[in-house]
Amino acid sequence: MTAYRVATGGLVDRSKTIRFTFDGKTVEAVEGDTIASALLASGVSIVARSFKYHRPRGVWGAGVEEPNAIVDVSGPVSLTNARATTVLARNGMIVCSVNAAPTAVSDRNAFIDRFARFIPAAFYYKTFMFPTWSLFEPSIRKMAGLGTIVPEGAAVPAADQVNVGCDVLVVGAGPAGLLAALRAAETGCKVILCDDGFAVGGSLLHRSCSIDGMDGRSWADETVARLHALGASVLTRTTAFGIYDHGLVALSQLDAVNGRDRLWRVRPGKVILATGAIERSLPFANNDRPGVMLAEAGLAYLKRYGVAPGRKVVVATNNSVGKATADELSALGISVTLVDSRNGSEIATVNGAKHVESVTLSDGSTITCDAVLVSGGFTPTLHLYCQAKGKLTWDETLQTFVAGAPVPGISVAGAAAACFDIALVVDSVRLALSQCEIDAGNTPASALSLPAFDISPAWPKAGQSGRVWIDLQNDVTAKDIELAARENFVSVEHLKRYTTLGMATDQGKTSNLAGIALMASLTDRSIPEVGTTTYRPPFTPVPFTSLSGARQETMLNPPRRLALEEVHRVMGARLMEYGGWIRPSHYGEGPMEEAAQREALAARESVAIFDGSPLGKIEVVGPQAAELLDFVFYNSMSSLKPGRCRYGLILSESGLVYDDGVVIRVDENRFIVSCSSSHVAGVHTMLESWRQDRFSTDKVFIHNATTAYATVTLSGPKSKAVLEAAGLVIDDATLAHMTTSEVSLGDLAVRVTRVSFTGDRSYEVSVRADQAERLWQLLSESGKPFGIAPIGMEALLILRAEKGYIVIGKDTDGTTLPMDLGMNGPLKSKRVEFSGNRSLLTAEATRPDRPNFIGLEVMDDGGPFAPGAHGIEMTEGRLRSLGYITSSYHSPTLNKPIALALIERGYSRIGDIIEVQHLGARRRARICAPCVFDPEGDRLNG
Amino acid sequence: MQIFTCPFCGPRSETEFHFVGDFPKPRPDGMAKVSAETWSDYLHNQNNPKGAASELWMHMACHEIFRMDRHTVTHEVTGSYALSSEAQS
Repeated sequence: MTAYRVATGGLVDRSKTIRFTFDGKTVEAVEGDTIASALLASGVSIVARSFKYHRPRGVWGAGVEEPNAIVDVSGPVSLTNARATTVLARNGMIVCSVNAAPTAVSDRNAFIDRFARFIPAAFYYKTFMFPTWSLFEPSIRKMAGLGTIVPEGAAVPAADQVNVGCDVLVVGAGPAGLLAALRAAETGCKVILCDDGFAVGGSLLHRSCSIDGMDGRSWADETVARLHALGASVLTRTTAFGIYDHGLVALSQLDAVNGRDRLWRVRPGKVILATGAIERSLPFANNDRPGVMLAEAGLAYLKRYGVAPGRKVVVATNNSVGKATADELSALGISVTLVDSRNGSEIATVNGAKHVESVTLSDGSTITCDAVLVSGGFTPTLHLYCQAKGKLTWDETLQTFVAGAPVPGISVAGAAAACFDIALVVDSVRLALSQCEIDAGNTPASALSLPAFDISPAWPKAGQSGRVWIDLQNDVTAKDIELAARENFVSVEHLKRYTTLGMATDQGKTSNLAGIALMASLTDRSIPEVGTTTYRPPFTPVPFTSLSGARQETMLNPPRRLALEEVHRVMGARLMEYGGWIRPSHYGEGPMEEAAQREALAARESVAIFDGSPLGKIEVVGPQAAELLDFVFYNSMSSLKPGRCRYGLILSESGLVYDDGVVIRVDENRFIVSCSSSHVAGVHTMLESWRQDRFSTDKVFIHNATTAYATVTLSGPKSKAVLEAAGLVIDDATLAHMTTSEVSLGDLAVRVTRVSFTGDRSYEVSVRADQAERLWQLLSESGKPFGIAPIGMEALLILRAEKGYIVIGKDTDGTTLPMDLGMNGPLKSKRVEFSGNRSLLTAEATRPDRPNFIGLEVMDDGGPFAPGAHGIEMTEGRLRSLGYITSSYHSPTLNKPIALALIERGYSRIGDIIEVQHLGARRRARICAPCVFDPEGDRLNG
Repeated sequence: MQIFTCPFCGPRSETEFHFVGDFPKPRPDGMAKVSAETWSDYLHNQNNPKGAASELWMHMACHEIFRMDRHTVTHEVTGSYALSSEAQS
């Protein structure tokens, strides 16, 4: 005895058959079926196993409130932990139950239910502790969770994201939402109406009623047509899942276009919540058996899908709408027995192990049945109102929480405003519209005149016999709530977290209130005194792809690309990411290490060509430019003569070395600040901050020209010859080291700056970025007779290390001060304020045992040290770090390993031998100056 | 996402802005004349009021720093004001 498809009826298209498999068995469905309705129609009764106890479970509801029928789907779509009640059946779907193996019907872990008393709520705080929790954790974790993610599953297309404003957003397209949207649109408002169902209509799809002389469904269709004609947007499969600051409402639309989901960020002038109400269960023993279902859902399955819940149905209720549901089912030919607690009739227990077989009432009598439809009252769906800081109030007559004081800009209508009868919907819509200052106009006549909603409390009681389920998805029973009360977890937030009531994927939509009511009676409080937990978005799960939109894969953190990237590729460069830029690490096939050694040697022997375009070029211009740079830089820049360059450090206000770079003075009022390629935005922001804070903003201006120019660097003994071959007339008298000049190279206007990061004679040639390729080709051609070789980042890093030049963030860290690098001059001689100045006088800054930047000689044949290895010393029997190695390479120039490090008191320990430890192994090193190649600097002019 | 109003560019998404600090935040100039406590307070302490706050923000699109008054609990923005260079120091 189970659910079945009736002969006629429903909104489905019986002429189109669909086949899918569930737990390996073929299921026949028709177009319009959800997976749940198809399973019911085929008589599948056990669709899942419960989370903890692996009890058999059946379909419970008809929509997003579903706690039981969770499935994994593969085939035409790939879904994990989907609610079977909200997924349309499609041909070829492979549907699997979750938390059950091999199938939901026969699950090998079903025996666990016999040990239920050992695993009540919060068992993991008390058991599985000895000898250690981590012994049990892997197996317990394996059993937790529901569905399985299949990494090789069908790729999910990227979602759209749209931003839109409107006058009125109406959430929910049932009778109240349709009516409110129509009235608002008729007064000229720009309206967006959204509903999470496949079609609009809400309760009109399963409740008989008449509006404006038409049946509810026809009225709904006509209203949608009128809304479209008035220019309103009507969105289905669209959930308004959250309200955020400054009136932002987020909507998640599934399958908006070509299988792509869409995230809507809406800023409405007004919001009308017509979000309906969700039915509650009733407390009786074994109220979780397959065949027990929400009453409204039972009616929905019959009216929408032509599926009857059973052949002998018991409807158990405590309210007038539950009775109306029973009456409608009866009128449609279902055999119904009403058990109404308002007449003193209550179910005590369901009988039947795998499916409902009968119920026993509290008076001892038994009713044979194959389905139990429960209606324990209705809870208005007010999540968005609460997210917007609305406060709920308790309505004793309606036995539910309703919206309290209005939140500006948000009003509530229909069942969400606790109008549980369609006849009253119209009045509630008038009220909601007037709260939005919208003229309600003519309201349609509703032909149904129902008695006022009547309900008698039927909450779970303390000490009820049998196992009474409160939260189906997390397997929380009334006894668990009694346990929480006994152990003093009585605040509603503790109740939730101790028992996990309301924490599953259904977020307690059908269960929270019953648990709160039980806690209230256990602790002698009223229901409102216990209250509800904080409401947080999302109302239902939102796909991660909707939140990331276009920001995935290569668009997640888009790297920056060189103007010359294609040229490098053609030259056989291996491209890698450095500081956010895609740059050549080396050129040619073969391992990077070998290429870097080869390129570094070529650079020292003849001439290298290198793309230095990402290096910052920030122009600082104006009469106060020099003053600004004197403040921002540790070193004085105002004393720099036009046409000359100076290396300097930029400190943060904590005195830490933030960045380094060469400043070029073009003329009296024009400087170009270069900075590490990864710090350009930071330095720009820093310059702007100080400019606006301390200087006249009409006397100094900042312009970040980094990407406007490409920079090609030539380095090596033959670099001058290459430039001369390219047509440049230069000599050391007019272009000395650390000077700059604007010249023409053929018809290319370039800036040539003699500055060196390699220690060899070096020229940085900058040109407008769109002319980069011409410059590169010109210099490459000119360099051919000299054996010019392209070098990548790896070779450059070796060359500068041989000279002891720092790389910010590699040879400096978050504690490095300028004196650690041996730069003490400006602190002594500078007369003006500069960023970080006072920090250099602190006790910490003047500590004699500060780390110093030095070199380390390798004293064995073990090759280069590992970067990050620590210098160590034993002090009072304990191992102590002296600092660590920041850079380490094999030097092809010197044919031996070299290293740079920050070692405590290093400057006073030149020549000392220390121990260096890495992964437990110790080696010896001699402290030396950082520069191990050409310390006199002769090669700068070589 | 909140909406902040740059005095120069108009209302923009909060993601375009960078928090700078309290308004005002005068810098203790004077090098050695500034006590360690004063300098440490400047570096490390923020007002962080619960309620009405005056703050400095930078709009990253135009790089201008401006003053924004807001309520740190309700997130209401009560005003955005341009700063003039004369107002500082």
